[in-house]
Amino acid sequence: MSKRRVVITGMGMLSPLGNDVASSWDGILAGRSGIGMIDRFDASEYNTRIGGAIKGLDLESYLSTKEARKLDAFIHYGLIAAQQALNDSGLAEFDELDHERAGIAIGSGIGGLEYIEKSVLTMDKSGPRKVSPFFVPASIINMISGNAAIRFGFRGPNIAIVTACTTGTHNIGYAARTIAYGDADVMLAGGSEMATTRVSIAAFSSAKALSTRNDEPQKASRPWDKDRDGFVLSDGAGVVVLEELEHARKRGATIYGELIGFGMSDDAHHITAPPEDGDGAARSMSNALRDAGLKPEDVDYINAHGTSTQVGDVAEVAATRRVFGGHASQLAMSSTKSMTGHLLGAAGAVEAIFSLLAIRDGVLPPTINLDNPDEGCDLDLVPNTCRKSDVRVALSNSFGFGGTNGTLIMRRYEG
Amino acid sequence: MSTVEERVKKIVCEQLGVKESEVQNSSSFVEDLGADSLDTVELVMALEEEFETEIPDEEAEKLASVQDAIDYIVAHT
Repeated sequence: MSKRRVVITGMGMLSPLGNDVASSWDGILAGRSGIGMIDRFDASEYNTRIGGAIKGLDLESYLSTKEARKLDAFIHYGLIAAQQALNDSGLAEFDELDHERAGIAIGSGIGGLEYIEKSVLTMDKSGPRKVSPFFVPASIINMISGNAAIRFGFRGPNIAIVTACTTGTHNIGYAARTIAYGDADVMLAGGSEMATTRVSIAAFSSAKALSTRNDEPQKASRPWDKDRDGFVLSDGAGVVVLEELEHARKRGATIYGELIGFGMSDDAHHITAPPEDGDGAARSMSNALRDAGLKPEDVDYINAHGTSTQVGDVAEVAATRRVFGGHASQLAMSSTKSMTGHLLGAAGAVEAIFSLLAIRDGVLPPTINLDNPDEGCDLDLVPNTCRKSDVRVALSNSFGFGGTNGTLIMRRYEG
Repeated sequence: MSTVEERVKKIVCEQLGVKESEVQNSSSFVEDLGADSLDTVELVMALEEEFETEIPDEEAEKLASVQDAIDYIVAHT
């Protein structure tokens, strides 16, 4: 079977840097941090009191009050990003779209945790009869895909892959294969997260995973820097429209790039930590290169997983050296999480979009707060300011709890 | 102090996302105001909360219109 080619024709995003793709990208190019004090709940007793929140969202312009009330915030964010992506693609006005050939793959790492927490408190206080009938559809992870299908009338494949911080990447990669294999012509794909909740921040804190740089929130996410002390948990969503190439060409769609490679692997090592040599990460990248039919030296830019944790950041550099050899010193690698924080299940989707924009605009996003690179972190990590550079091929990594890894490779569309 | 009717209508508006002008005493929750089966369950829960009462499931199932709800509340609180 020959694979059908898949291109990206629409993008949507909510991030701590902005409530759409354009404003988020502006924040990236300006090297701005979207991190601030947590104000969604009283975090005064927490070791970590900082996070990356969605700010000033005009929810009502996307969802009615009644709809919004029945859905956890992670579904709000996912649906909004999906709507933006669909609008951006022009498919919303494309009358000839065969809705049975249009599908959705939007996941989340954690799902409706805030709704779950509130419902447990309600039940504890007032008893089981007071638990909302909307509890289940408001909080389970496949309900972005489910609600989006109703909203857009997409009657093709509908799925929500759940793989912690690799969720966004896996959903996009899987959706691309759905098109390549012939099961759909159009897929909305990505991830969404709203996990800066009372229990979640407490739990990630207990696991010593989060930065406690509460006095300097904008400097807290600092991948590869000597003084990094953990990641910063953030909210948001990213969704792309994937489309079979001929389908996109026939309708004259704007093509942001071609999705040419997808690789996966697992560390089989530890539930939360990667091995120091980045073995699983390396195999994920190698698998994606093989899928794309590329040589390592074809890659110009890597949007790293780069979360600002002690072990993870160094392991990714080791993995990159192993896969790319001498070319590792030629390519550029940066972590946009230095600005957005870590969007967990949305991270891979948001970062795939930043990778596509790097290709479109010929610019390398920076790694901010990289004042003193840690020992061994001596690649071109695009410290602190963005840089003009021709980017033809970009690779985006995601690594999640459970040791699950995913890599996407995108190439400039050149016909 | 608002009347039972006013309070019921206010909750119906909030729960079902409809405007006050759309809500008549004769309005059916499902047929006129767009409620589905889950909406009606939550509506009853909101009425219980507002009027500090318990509406048994077999009674709740009979509340099909705004007037049904008003009558029930008046009779039971």
